[in-house]
Amino acid sequence: MSTSIEEAVPEAPAVTKSQSIASLSKSVPTAEARYRPQTLLAIPVGALISLGIHYFIPKREPVPTSHYFPTLLFAMLGFGILLIALCPFSLRVRKWMRHMCPILGIATLTTGIWELITCCLALMPLPYFPGPEAVVSSIVNDRALIFDSTWHSLALLLSGYAIGTVIALITGVTIGWFPHARYWGMPLLKIVGPIPATAWIPLAMVVAPSALFSAMGLVALAVWFPVTMLTASGISNTRTSYLDVARTLGANRLYLIFRVAIPAAMPNIFIGLFMGLGTSFLTLVVAEEVGVKSGLGWYVSWAQGWAEYGKVYGALIIMAAFFSTIMTLLFKLRDRVLVWQKGTIKW
Amino acid sequence: MVALTGDSKIESSEAASIRVWHVSKQFDSADGGITPGALALNDVSLTVKAGEMVCIVGPSGCGKSTLLRMIAGLTPPTTGELSIGAEPITGPGAERGLVFQDPSLFPWLSVRGNIEAGLVARGVLRHMQQEADEFMRLVGLEAFANSFPHHLSGGMAQRVALARALINHPRVLLLDEPLGALDAFTRMRMQDEVLRLWRARGTTMLFVTHDIDEAIYMSDRIIIMTPRPGRIEQIISVELDRPRDRGSDEFLHLRGQILETMHFAGQPLAGNTH
Ligand SMILES: Nc1ncnc2c1ncn2[C@@H]1O[C@H](COP(=O)(O)OP(=O)(O)OP(=O)(O)O)[C@@H](O)[C@H]1O
Ligand SMILES: [Mg+2]
Repeated sequence: MSTSIEEAVPEAPAVTKSQSIASLSKSVPTAEARYRPQTLLAIPVGALISLGIHYFIPKREPVPTSHYFPTLLFAMLGFGILLIALCPFSLRVRKWMRHMCPILGIATLTTGIWELITCCLALMPLPYFPGPEAVVSSIVNDRALIFDSTWHSLALLLSGYAIGTVIALITGVTIGWFPHARYWGMPLLKIVGPIPATAWIPLAMVVAPSALFSAMGLVALAVWFPVTMLTASGISNTRTSYLDVARTLGANRLYLIFRVAIPAAMPNIFIGLFMGLGTSFLTLVVAEEVGVKSGLGWYVSWAQGWAEYGKVYGALIIMAAFFSTIMTLLFKLRDRVLVWQKGTIKW
Repeated sequence: MVALTGDSKIESSEAASIRVWHVSKQFDSADGGITPGALALNDVSLTVKAGEMVCIVGPSGCGKSTLLRMIAGLTPPTTGELSIGAEPITGPGAERGLVFQDPSLFPWLSVRGNIEAGLVARGVLRHMQQEADEFMRLVGLEAFANSFPHHLSGGMAQRVALARALINHPRVLLLDEPLGALDAFTRMRMQDEVLRLWRARGTTMLFVTHDIDEAIYMSDRIIIMTPRPGRIEQIISVELDRPRDRGSDEFLHLRGQILETMHFAGQPLAGNTH
């Protein structure tokens, strides 16, 4: 460990550097400043405590006979030790560790505490609050169906989101650019738009040829409203000086729309896309629960129907990972498209 | 830096004259026409000969930018007529370049993208790619070709704006305080740069400035405007040989004359007698 203590001193400037790069760390400068080399031990320590709870505290509740949960803890322990071993060799690993160790350590420890208050102390009533082993084993045992459900959800979400976004960009640009479209479109948008997409479920079921199409339409509708609204406002608020400059450069109307107004509205459009992503997750889950008989939303309510709460939580964990991955991808796309804003965006 | 001494690489576009005839501009008031809006320009008439370099000086708010915008075709006059050569001005066009008072670079385009914007807008980017390089060199920003405007200093941004307007080879170039954001040294260098471009191209230039020295150094004629509502107070011809010496007697004499016209000539301070 002596190496890492020595390392910590010359790296002090690197802390401020990483702060300016990672927008996340900016909001928690004190946590970074109070970094100590011991932080590196957070993951192994968390894993060891959890393993201790697992092996040495007697269980009062029935536990599945599988060993997926301790396997996972051992994997975490190994991972943590491996990272510490890699630390002296890689700056990137050190930076990553500095940032992630506390979070991962606490997350690992939390699973141990979870086991403690469920299986060991039996503080939470069964079957609603199973221990970690039950959840992990139900994910592993039901992996085929969960994978299939995730796949269905993904297909439904992406198709609905893509359709909604394309339509929203067309309507948004039209409403934002053409005064006539604005006059007629805006009131409609303001009245119809705020209705949550899920409120249309009864109608969608009747109108659409199949439950799948109705769900797709609902997801599309959920994205459509925020993206249209923000695109339209972004387009109509394009700084006139940009348009004037383009005109004096000989721009025609197509250039003004596609190369001035739309790029200028991009930051707004992305806000709409993020809002739309949130509402489309919600709509997706509800639509799957009530109509489509597949997907993660359906899986959750199905498992609940059988009182298999291990599966419910397992599916929720998968869902969280699934949604946050998509969110992260959208952030990545945003960072790419809006590189020109770098340093000015704060969200 | 490449010297644009009328070499064959640059397509030559003949300069055009500007005619402004009894032009007034009354802006709409904010309350929708109940009270009359600001009268920005009051009966302005002037002619700029093809290939001439004319400067406009005048107090802030006297309508200099408005006049330039009208010649560019961005703002219609309330009364009066404007024409370029023989053609009346009905709207904006690539043959009249305008460098805005604030650079207004497209923030989503790199420096190169901004300079190329005029080529893209006219759909001629493919044949004229190397043109963009030339202009980047001209304004000394090759090193920043791929930077976004966000990272540029005010002076650099203004130079990009200048190159962006020049790339279309306008017959008339309207410049609205293009050097206002620059430090004194860069400013003097850019004045020479603009003069060289003007001479190489023979473009007609109408140049708004706050700086009387700049006006005398650069222009064939100086138009002095009155405070709001803007009228032309006086037009002064500058008949000095270029390059001009900023310290010469004629230069200083002209300077005094202009200051006097604008009522800034040194008067004894009131109350300094006791
Ligand atoms: N779009 C507009 N609507 C209403 N009034 C305007 C508008 N643009 C300019 N004005 C008015 O017209 C007058 C002249 O404005 P202009 O921008 O042409 O002045 P300027 O001579 O360029 O001043 P400066 O030297 O400060 O740039 C000002 O009084 C201004 O208030
Ligand atoms: Mg002005």
